[in-house]
Amino acid sequence: MIFWKNTYNELVKIAAKPRSYIGIGAITLIIGIILFAMFLDGQEFISFITASFEQSLSFEGKILNGNLVAFIILQMLIIHVPLLIALVTGDLISGEAAMGTIRLLATKPISRTGILFSKYIAGCAYTLIMLAWMMFLALIVGKILFGTGDLIALNSNGLVIFKEEDVAWRFACGFSLSFLSMIMIATLSLTLSCFSDNSIGPIVSTMAIIILFTIISNLELSVLQNIRPYLFTDHMAAWRNFFEDPIPVAKILKSCGILILHIIGLLSIAVLKFNKKDILS
Amino acid sequence: MIQFSLLFEFDMSSKRRFLRLISFLSLIHFHIIRIFSGRFEFEMQEEEKIIEVSHLVKCFGKFKAVDDASFNVFRGDVYGFLGPNGAGKSTTIRAILSLIKPTSGQIKVFNRDISTHRKYILQRIGCIVEKPDFYNYLSAEKNLEVFARISGVAIPKKKVHEIIEFVGLKGREKDKLRSFSHGMKQRLGIAQTLIHDPELIILDEPTTGLDPQGIIDIRNLILQLKNERNKTVLLSSHILSEIELIANRMVIINKGKTIAQGLVNDLLNAGDLIVSFHVDDGIKAKQVIESSSLKLLIESIENNHLFVQISREKIPILNKMFCDSGIQVFSIEAKRKLEDYFLKLIGT
Repeated sequence: MIFWKNTYNELVKIAAKPRSYIGIGAITLIIGIILFAMFLDGQEFISFITASFEQSLSFEGKILNGNLVAFIILQMLIIHVPLLIALVTGDLISGEAAMGTIRLLATKPISRTGILFSKYIAGCAYTLIMLAWMMFLALIVGKILFGTGDLIALNSNGLVIFKEEDVAWRFACGFSLSFLSMIMIATLSLTLSCFSDNSIGPIVSTMAIIILFTIISNLELSVLQNIRPYLFTDHMAAWRNFFEDPIPVAKILKSCGILILHIIGLLSIAVLKFNKKDILS
Repeated sequence: MIQFSLLFEFDMSSKRRFLRLISFLSLIHFHIIRIFSGRFEFEMQEEEKIIEVSHLVKCFGKFKAVDDASFNVFRGDVYGFLGPNGAGKSTTIRAILSLIKPTSGQIKVFNRDISTHRKYILQRIGCIVEKPDFYNYLSAEKNLEVFARISGVAIPKKKVHEIIEFVGLKGREKDKLRSFSHGMKQRLGIAQTLIHDPELIILDEPTTGLDPQGIIDIRNLILQLKNERNKTVLLSSHILSEIELIANRMVIINKGKTIAQGLVNDLLNAGDLIVSFHVDDGIKAKQVIESSSLKLLIESIENNHLFVQISREKIPILNKMFCDSGIQVFSIEAKRKLEDYFLKLIGT
């Protein structure tokens, strides 16, 4: 019972913190700018992309539609969203330590694991709200502005065209998988948060780890080939697999498995660290 | 049923013998109960230990912050916890509240080990550790609600408002904490401590940063908690006069070790007091003391103030001797005892 009350408290705290709105504000602003730019100059942008195919293919119908705009926005933003998530989740434990409120919190009749999981659930809820807001702006507002139509997706195999009625479920599944990868980021920053007594450390460390792993993922060095498939950064864009035809189910399942293993591993480290931590701040 | 059937098989004399045996056994039973209930009463009269700290050691790397500290806090005590800076007071309090894990030793609160009964114990404790830190982006009311929600007791909103009024923050409850002064945060800290009506209150330096009126208010509040609500208070403070005024029992620690503990009166009244006699003629008063058979030691004389080392019983005798010698006594004042006692113990 106290656990759920504390989870409610954590949600109240996230809702009251000004920094929680930085991410949502930033997403709104960036998507707003992209939508505005696409609205003004989208046709030229599409012509630029399809120019290389126009000698062999002719495109008819409304290529620039809400589905395409949402797909482009998701591709662009999914790299930046981790920073905005870490801004809040990296502060969950270390922020309390910096403020000194962790002392008071830890003297209440709730276990340390309970405190940690309350924060984790609240962090996950924040991540979900942020992604849902991003999807709403990209998909719903995009459809209002640009209308609907078939989706032309550019992936590793070239251009793939999905029927309008075949797109919604792909977005839903893609959203779920990107939620899992963002949960992974939230877990990473929460775990780092247990090791620090200031908010900046875990946020910067999370970004440093993402950048480092992304570099390793993109380096074509044979030495790194064996570890690459196990780095979470290699699976953060797994949502795009839902826009392949046919859908690589095994690849998606592997990505889910690796992300879940990372989450479990990091949470275990966080629980061990937080339970053993002497609260001195 | 078996007893009754056996009884009917006895003849009358056997039945009488049997009844006598029953009465005899009942009498023995009655006395056994009386003896045990007497022992129980005796046990009840013994003071109940609320906190038992036994051979507590806490090391941070090679540094021993607490070194074999032991003390007991009893129900209804206002227990003074004294020591110079870095003596290990806050570390000990943190260990009692399970904020840090002891290197060795045992801490029992409400007769249960804190390491195994954390939840049970913390539900019955209200505390301020070092300074009252709250969420600056929440209002005073919201802060209290947040902590009340996880105190383990259902607390109605009305109680939150009552406690805000009680600590003198009415009218400011909707203000964000970032606009609060340190003193106001201390008051809110006290409110947070009391909101779930705990049996044990642990206050670590509760008057730090308060104005004189605030200090008096907190002092009166602690006394009110002890006298009217029968709370047990563990009070750590640097202000010795505060402890002297409100604590009935105390422990002094230095360099992590317990160096004295017991009832404040017993500790302070052991040995002589330093008493200042303000008289009209200091020289004459000195001669009276030196010629008397009281064998008193004069520590100093400053502007007709004689500082005399004297036992409590001899004060009226000396006063009478001054009066008999025609010396006017304007005041008799004991020097702050705890301050001297404390400084003597920590070797300053």
